[in-house]
Amino acid sequence: MTSTGPAAYSPLVIDHVKNPRNIGEMDHPDGVGRVGNPVCGDVMELYIRVKDRIITDASFKTFGCGAAIATSSMVTEMVKGKTVDEALEISNKAVAEALGGLPPVKMHCSLLAEEALKKAVENYYERRGEKPPFETAVKEHHH
Amino acid sequence: MELIYLDNAATTPVDPRVKEAMLPYLEGQFGNPSSVHSAGQAVRHAVEEARGSVAALIGARADEIYFTSGGTEADNWALKGTAWAKSDKGNHIITTSVEHHAVIEACHYLSKHGFEITLLPVDGYGMVNPDDVRRAITPKTILISVMHANNEIGTIQPVAEIGKIARERGVLFHIDAVQTVGHLPVNVNDLNADMLSASGHKLYGPKGTGALYIRKGTRIDSLLSGGSQERGKRPGTENVPGIVGFGKAADIARVEMAAETERLYLLRDRLSSELLALIPDSQLNGHPILRLPNNVNISFSYVEGESLVLNLDFDGICASTGSACSSSSLEPSHVLLACGKVAEEAHGSLRFSLGKFTQDSDIDAVTEALPRIVKKLRAMSPLAPRAAAR
Ligand code: FES
Repeated sequence: MTSTGPAAYSPLVIDHVKNPRNIGEMDHPDGVGRVGNPVCGDVMELYIRVKDRIITDASFKTFGCGAAIATSSMVTEMVKGKTVDEALEISNKAVAEALGGLPPVKMHCSLLAEEALKKAVENYYERRGEKPPFETAVKEHHH
Repeated sequence: MELIYLDNAATTPVDPRVKEAMLPYLEGQFGNPSSVHSAGQAVRHAVEEARGSVAALIGARADEIYFTSGGTEADNWALKGTAWAKSDKGNHIITTSVEHHAVIEACHYLSKHGFEITLLPVDGYGMVNPDDVRRAITPKTILISVMHANNEIGTIQPVAEIGKIARERGVLFHIDAVQTVGHLPVNVNDLNADMLSASGHKLYGPKGTGALYIRKGTRIDSLLSGGSQERGKRPGTENVPGIVGFGKAADIARVEMAAETERLYLLRDRLSSELLALIPDSQLNGHPILRLPNNVNISFSYVEGESLVLNLDFDGICASTGSACSSSSLEPSHVLLACGKVAEEAHGSLRFSLGKFTQDSDIDAVTEALPRIVKKLRAMSPLAPRAAAR
């Protein structure tokens, strides 16, 4: 086993664990995504507020490890100001990179952030009675 | 910020007196104990003295102590060495589901080589039932291996009783006593042990040192091939400074253990009772009474262990989610699962292990910080009911 414990977290990951941005449930969100990792049991909820297709606000609730908290915090920062369709292009790799990287064993935690965001956008389309411009139902990832 | 170190089950700091004892062997006394010249022989003498010290700590004879590189090697040697030496007698090994990875993985390896492993269950406190051991023995059983106390939850196993059963049935008995040697009275005869593993860095000695006690007359194969060190059973030039340090640590433990244990019981009980009272939805893991004098393991609902450890670290407090060896794995602790916890509860567990440098003020720091941290994490947990998050 390589050294992949918390010691290998980048300073920016640590900073987001220390001061997570945009925590908490949102009142009357325009989209909500909830995902869970079946292996580690971690759960993430992501809320978005959308005006004229632009995400004006985002927040999250996460039960999980340092990487899960940091990626949820970072992804809520990254989506603000993007259109819903641009948000769909944010990959877990991009979130991890924005955090200065993640230990390999923790890369899957960033998938939670990507999936929660996708689900929130999907939910936004659903609420409007529109068909999302992508394949629905994020597949559960099994590790 | 002063570091508050409450992870002594992972490793202990080196006692300053141990360091003093080691220094000469890092400087002038560098001879090889296998050399016949006087530089070598002076060093040989120090190694043998250390052997006597470790033997005295566990009630063994000096010639029954074999130095190793640590607890992991001692465990591997006991299991694999016995398996290979006894394969003509049978292929069945009995152990428990809460053992350290060094034992579980060694068994896993042996199972790939034709050995059959029985992993005994434990009760909600992590305790093995000796009757289960009795029932599991078959004519093919060659070894029973049970840890003295669990490194994660602190539960002390009824090893003396299990050893008695093993002896009655003519089966060898190994005890992984890495967490107890130097912390609780350990006597290889009272415990009916044929083999017993110990580690130096868990009792204020240096890392990279350990020992396997092998009762005289016990047949066991060597893992290494080479020279005639350790009576040919464990070849390789001795880690002299390490062994001397281990010996010194054993001497200190023998003299100071009783008083130190009493002191730790008080600190431990204060820490666990205050945390349980201050933090709602928290639960002590492991046995309430039959547990290590320095171990506190608590599950906090709705929050996850690693985030607890990271947040405590921001306050200068070192704790652990369970065993240090598993901190890079995502799976919940196999020990807590074996105790019947669901994955979610197992993930939210935190282990504090106190040591001889732990003071009342360290406990104060934890009881100040942790309720605040749990509250913060529950406020952002989607699992917490709104009331608990407040
Ligand atoms: S370990 Fe599960 S999300 Fe990080």
